Amino acid sequence: MVGSARDIVETCGVPRFLFVDYPLGNPCGRPWAAAEQKGLFAQALTLLERAYGPRTTVQAPERWVEDPAEDRHWRENFMAIRDRTALAEAGAARRAAQATGEKPVR
Amino acid sequence: MTTTHPRFVSYIDKSREYYQAQGYEAPYRWATEAAVPFAPLPRPLKSLRLGLITTADRAPRADGREGMLYAQPVASRGAFHTEMFWDRDATHTDDPETILPFAAAEAAVAEGVLGSVSPRFYGVPTEYSQRRTREEDAPAILSWLQEDQVDIAFLAAL
Repeated sequence: MVGSARDIVETCGVPRFLFVDYPLGNPCGRPWAAAEQKGLFAQALTLLERAYGPRTTVQAPERWVEDPAEDRHWRENFMAIRDRTALAEAGAARRAAQATGEKPVR
Repeated sequence: MTTTHPRFVSYIDKSREYYQAQGYEAPYRWATEAAVPFAPLPRPLKSLRLGLITTADRAPRADGREGMLYAQPVASRGAFHTEMFWDRDATHTDDPETILPFAAAEAAVAEGVLGSVSPRFYGVPTEYSQRRTREEDAPAILSWLQEDQVDIAFLAAL
Protein backbone atom coordinates (compact mmCIF):
# COMPACT_ATOMS: atom_id res chain seq x y z
CA MET A 1 0.00 0.00 0.00
CA VAL A 2 1.09 3.56 -0.69
CA GLY A 3 -0.36 6.56 1.13
CA SER A 4 0.08 9.65 3.22
CA ALA A 5 -2.09 9.00 6.29
CA ARG A 6 0.39 7.03 8.34
CA ASP A 7 -1.62 6.76 11.54
CA ILE A 8 -4.78 5.56 9.81
CA VAL A 9 -2.96 2.89 7.81
CA GLU A 10 -0.83 1.65 10.69
CA THR A 11 -3.82 1.57 13.04
CA CYS A 12 -5.57 -0.69 10.57
CA GLY A 13 -2.52 -2.78 9.77
CA VAL A 14 -1.42 -3.73 6.26
CA PRO A 15 1.21 -6.14 4.98
CA ARG A 16 3.49 -3.49 3.46
CA PHE A 17 3.17 0.31 3.55
CA LEU A 18 5.20 2.92 1.71
CA PHE A 19 4.51 6.12 3.62
CA VAL A 20 4.78 9.23 1.46
CA ASP A 21 4.87 12.18 3.84
CA TYR A 22 2.96 14.54 1.56
CA PRO A 23 -0.35 16.39 1.89
CA LEU A 24 -3.27 14.10 1.18
CA GLY A 25 -4.08 13.75 -2.50
CA ASN A 26 -0.77 12.81 -4.10
CA PRO A 27 0.18 9.38 -2.75
CA CYS A 28 2.16 8.46 -5.86
CA GLY A 29 4.13 11.70 -6.11
CA ARG A 30 3.75 15.34 -6.95
CA PRO A 31 1.57 16.31 -9.91
CA TRP A 32 3.42 16.21 -13.21
CA ALA A 33 6.67 15.09 -11.55
CA ALA A 34 7.30 12.00 -13.66
CA ALA A 35 10.79 11.25 -12.33
CA GLU A 36 9.62 11.46 -8.74
CA GLN A 37 6.59 9.30 -9.47
CA LYS A 38 8.83 6.70 -11.05
CA GLY A 39 11.17 6.83 -8.07
CA LEU A 40 8.37 6.31 -5.58
CA PHE A 41 7.03 3.37 -7.57
CA ALA A 42 10.52 1.85 -7.56
CA GLN A 43 10.59 2.22 -3.78
CA ALA A 44 7.27 0.41 -3.58
CA LEU A 45 8.64 -2.47 -5.67
CA THR A 46 11.70 -2.68 -3.44
CA LEU A 47 9.45 -2.84 -0.40
CA LEU A 48 7.47 -5.64 -2.05
CA GLU A 49 10.63 -7.66 -2.51
CA ARG A 50 12.38 -6.98 0.79
CA ALA A 51 9.69 -6.87 3.47
CA TYR A 52 9.79 -9.98 5.63
CA GLY A 53 6.71 -9.60 7.81
CA PRO A 54 3.38 -7.79 8.15
CA ARG A 55 3.04 -4.18 9.26
CA THR A 56 6.25 -3.22 7.51
CA THR A 57 6.40 0.54 6.95
CA VAL A 58 9.02 2.31 4.91
CA GLN A 59 8.99 6.09 4.82
CA ALA A 60 9.91 7.58 1.45
CA PRO A 61 12.65 10.19 1.90
CA GLU A 62 10.95 12.76 -0.35
CA ARG A 63 9.84 15.97 1.37
CA TRP A 64 6.97 18.13 0.14
CA VAL A 65 8.84 21.35 0.90
CA GLU A 66 12.25 22.08 2.38
CA ASP A 67 11.47 25.34 4.13
CA PRO A 68 10.57 24.53 7.77
CA ALA A 69 7.90 27.21 7.96
CA GLU A 70 6.18 25.99 4.79
CA ASP A 71 6.46 22.43 6.06
CA ARG A 72 4.74 23.35 9.30
CA HIS A 73 2.11 25.28 7.39
CA TRP A 74 0.67 22.45 5.36
CA ARG A 75 0.76 20.08 8.32
CA GLU A 76 -1.06 22.51 10.62
CA ASN A 77 -3.40 24.03 8.05
CA PHE A 78 -5.28 20.87 7.08
CA MET A 79 -8.56 20.60 9.03
CA ALA A 80 -7.39 23.46 11.23
CA ILE A 81 -10.01 24.60 13.71
CA ARG A 82 -10.26 28.37 13.30
CA ASP A 83 -13.93 29.23 13.79
CA ARG A 84 -15.59 26.97 16.33
CA THR A 85 -18.92 28.75 16.01
CA ALA A 86 -19.05 28.15 12.26
CA LEU A 87 -18.03 24.53 12.70
CA ALA A 88 -20.68 23.97 15.35
CA GLU A 89 -23.31 25.48 13.05
CA ALA A 90 -22.15 23.34 10.15
CA GLY A 91 -22.34 20.24 12.29
CA ALA A 92 -25.85 21.10 13.45
CA ALA A 93 -26.95 21.68 9.86
CA ARG A 94 -25.46 18.37 8.81
CA ARG A 95 -27.26 16.48 11.55
CA ALA A 96 -30.52 18.22 10.68
CA ALA A 97 -30.13 17.20 7.04
CA GLN A 98 -29.39 13.62 8.02
CA ALA A 99 -32.46 13.53 10.27
CA THR A 100 -34.70 14.55 7.38
CA GLY A 101 -33.04 12.15 4.97
CA GLU A 102 -31.42 14.83 2.87
CA LYS A 103 -27.90 14.29 1.58
CA PRO A 104 -25.58 16.04 4.05
CA VAL A 105 -23.20 18.66 2.74
CA ARG A 106 -19.61 17.50 3.22
CA MET B 1 -0.75 23.53 17.68
CA THR B 2 2.68 24.75 16.57
CA THR B 3 5.31 22.10 16.20
CA THR B 4 9.01 22.69 16.53
CA HIS B 5 10.09 19.74 14.41
CA PRO B 6 8.57 17.91 11.48
CA ARG B 7 6.45 14.91 12.31
CA PHE B 8 3.84 13.05 10.40
CA VAL B 9 0.33 14.42 10.51
CA SER B 10 -2.08 12.56 12.75
CA TYR B 11 -5.27 12.49 10.71
CA ILE B 12 -6.95 10.49 13.45
CA ASP B 13 -6.36 13.32 15.93
CA LYS B 14 -7.24 16.04 13.43
CA SER B 15 -10.49 14.44 12.37
CA ARG B 16 -11.51 13.67 15.94
CA GLU B 17 -10.94 17.29 17.02
CA TYR B 18 -12.58 18.67 13.88
CA TYR B 19 -15.75 16.63 14.27
CA GLN B 20 -15.88 17.30 18.00
CA ALA B 21 -15.89 21.00 17.10
CA GLN B 22 -18.88 20.24 14.86
CA GLY B 23 -20.67 18.75 17.85
CA TYR B 24 -20.16 15.07 17.16
CA GLU B 25 -19.50 13.51 20.54
CA ALA B 26 -18.57 9.96 19.67
CA PRO B 27 -15.22 9.79 17.87
CA TYR B 28 -14.97 7.65 14.74
CA ARG B 29 -13.72 4.16 15.47
CA TRP B 30 -10.95 3.52 12.99
CA ALA B 31 -10.46 0.08 11.56
CA THR B 32 -7.89 -2.08 13.26
CA GLU B 33 -6.96 -5.62 12.43
CA ALA B 34 -5.68 -7.98 15.10
CA ALA B 35 -4.02 -10.20 12.51
CA VAL B 36 -2.45 -8.75 9.40
CA PRO B 37 -1.71 -11.15 6.55
CA PHE B 38 1.63 -11.34 4.82
CA ALA B 39 2.96 -13.41 1.98
CA PRO B 40 6.42 -13.26 0.44
CA LEU B 41 6.56 -12.84 -3.31
CA PRO B 42 5.92 -16.28 -4.86
CA ARG B 43 8.33 -15.71 -7.75
CA PRO B 44 10.71 -12.99 -8.88
CA LEU B 45 9.08 -9.63 -9.44
CA LYS B 46 9.89 -9.74 -13.14
CA SER B 47 7.48 -12.65 -13.54
CA LEU B 48 4.59 -11.16 -11.56
CA ARG B 49 1.51 -9.18 -12.56
CA LEU B 50 0.60 -6.07 -10.59
CA GLY B 51 -2.89 -4.59 -10.27
CA LEU B 52 -3.42 -0.89 -9.54
CA ILE B 53 -6.14 -0.02 -7.03
CA THR B 54 -7.27 3.43 -5.92
CA THR B 55 -9.75 4.89 -3.48
CA ALA B 56 -10.55 7.75 -5.86
CA ASP B 57 -13.81 7.91 -7.76
CA ARG B 58 -14.06 7.86 -11.53
CA ALA B 59 -17.21 9.99 -11.64
CA PRO B 60 -19.43 11.99 -9.28
CA ARG B 61 -21.30 9.75 -6.91
CA ALA B 62 -24.89 9.19 -7.74
CA ASP B 63 -27.42 8.30 -5.10
CA GLY B 64 -26.99 4.73 -3.96
CA ARG B 65 -23.93 2.55 -4.25
CA GLU B 66 -24.53 1.09 -7.65
CA GLY B 67 -21.46 1.52 -9.77
CA MET B 68 -19.31 2.89 -6.98
CA LEU B 69 -16.73 0.12 -7.26
CA TYR B 70 -15.15 -0.18 -10.64
CA ALA B 71 -12.73 -2.18 -12.75
CA GLN B 72 -11.85 -0.32 -15.94
CA PRO B 73 -9.37 -0.85 -18.75
CA VAL B 74 -6.00 0.76 -18.15
CA ALA B 75 -6.30 2.04 -21.71
CA SER B 76 -9.26 4.18 -20.55
CA ARG B 77 -7.34 5.89 -17.79
CA GLY B 78 -7.77 9.60 -17.40
CA ALA B 79 -8.89 12.09 -14.82
CA PHE B 80 -10.23 10.83 -11.54
CA HIS B 81 -13.07 12.44 -9.66
CA THR B 82 -11.80 13.49 -6.28
CA GLU B 83 -14.56 15.17 -4.30
CA MET B 84 -13.61 13.36 -1.15
CA PHE B 85 -11.07 13.96 1.56
CA TRP B 86 -7.72 15.48 0.49
CA ASP B 87 -5.68 18.68 0.99
CA ARG B 88 -7.04 21.22 -1.48
CA ASP B 89 -4.98 24.08 -0.08
CA ALA B 90 -1.63 22.35 -0.49
CA THR B 91 -1.99 20.57 -3.81
CA HIS B 92 -4.26 19.39 -6.62
CA THR B 93 -5.21 16.07 -8.19
CA ASP B 94 -5.29 17.08 -11.86
CA ASP B 95 -2.53 14.63 -12.78
CA PRO B 96 -3.94 11.07 -12.68
CA GLU B 97 -0.41 9.73 -12.19
CA THR B 98 -0.33 11.20 -8.67
CA ILE B 99 -3.23 8.91 -7.84
CA LEU B 100 -2.14 5.75 -9.64
CA PRO B 101 1.34 5.29 -11.18
CA PHE B 102 0.30 4.00 -14.62
CA ALA B 103 3.34 5.34 -16.45
CA ALA B 104 5.78 4.26 -13.75
CA ALA B 105 4.33 0.75 -13.72
CA GLU B 106 4.49 0.47 -17.50
CA ALA B 107 8.07 1.68 -17.46
CA ALA B 108 8.94 -0.98 -14.90
CA VAL B 109 7.51 -3.60 -17.23
CA ALA B 110 9.37 -2.19 -20.23
CA GLU B 111 12.61 -2.27 -18.24
CA GLY B 112 12.10 -5.90 -17.25
CA VAL B 113 11.72 -5.12 -13.54
CA LEU B 114 8.05 -6.07 -13.34
CA GLY B 115 6.31 -8.86 -15.25
CA SER B 116 3.14 -7.10 -16.30
CA VAL B 117 0.40 -4.72 -15.23
CA SER B 118 -3.19 -5.91 -15.12
CA PRO B 119 -5.19 -4.77 -18.15
CA ARG B 120 -7.70 -3.26 -15.72
CA PHE B 121 -7.32 -0.90 -12.79
CA TYR B 122 -9.70 -0.97 -9.87
CA GLY B 123 -11.47 1.58 -7.72
CA VAL B 124 -12.83 1.21 -4.22
CA PRO B 125 -14.05 4.65 -3.10
CA THR B 126 -15.01 4.64 0.53
CA GLU B 127 -18.26 5.30 2.30
CA TYR B 128 -16.56 4.95 5.67
CA SER B 129 -18.43 1.74 6.41
CA GLN B 130 -16.09 -0.91 7.75
CA ARG B 131 -18.74 -3.57 7.35
CA ARG B 132 -19.22 -2.78 3.65
CA THR B 133 -15.49 -2.61 3.08
CA ARG B 134 -14.91 -6.04 4.64
CA GLU B 135 -18.02 -7.86 3.46
CA GLU B 136 -18.69 -6.33 0.04
CA ASP B 137 -15.92 -4.16 -1.37
CA ALA B 138 -12.87 -6.24 -0.51
CA PRO B 139 -14.36 -9.50 -1.85
CA ALA B 140 -15.40 -7.72 -5.05
CA ILE B 141 -11.91 -6.31 -5.60
CA LEU B 142 -10.38 -9.70 -4.85
CA SER B 143 -12.67 -11.35 -7.36
CA TRP B 144 -11.63 -8.91 -10.08
CA LEU B 145 -7.94 -9.36 -9.24
CA GLN B 146 -8.32 -13.11 -9.50
CA GLU B 147 -10.18 -12.81 -12.82
CA ASP B 148 -7.25 -10.79 -14.15
CA GLN B 149 -4.65 -13.17 -12.67
CA VAL B 150 -3.07 -10.44 -10.60
CA ASP B 151 -0.25 -11.47 -8.24
CA ILE B 152 0.34 -8.15 -6.49
CA ALA B 153 -2.38 -5.81 -5.25
CA PHE B 154 -1.00 -2.24 -5.29
CA LEU B 155 -3.35 0.02 -3.35
CA ALA B 156 -2.72 3.78 -3.38
CA ALA B 157 -4.94 5.59 -0.89
CA LEU B 158 -6.00 9.06 -1.94
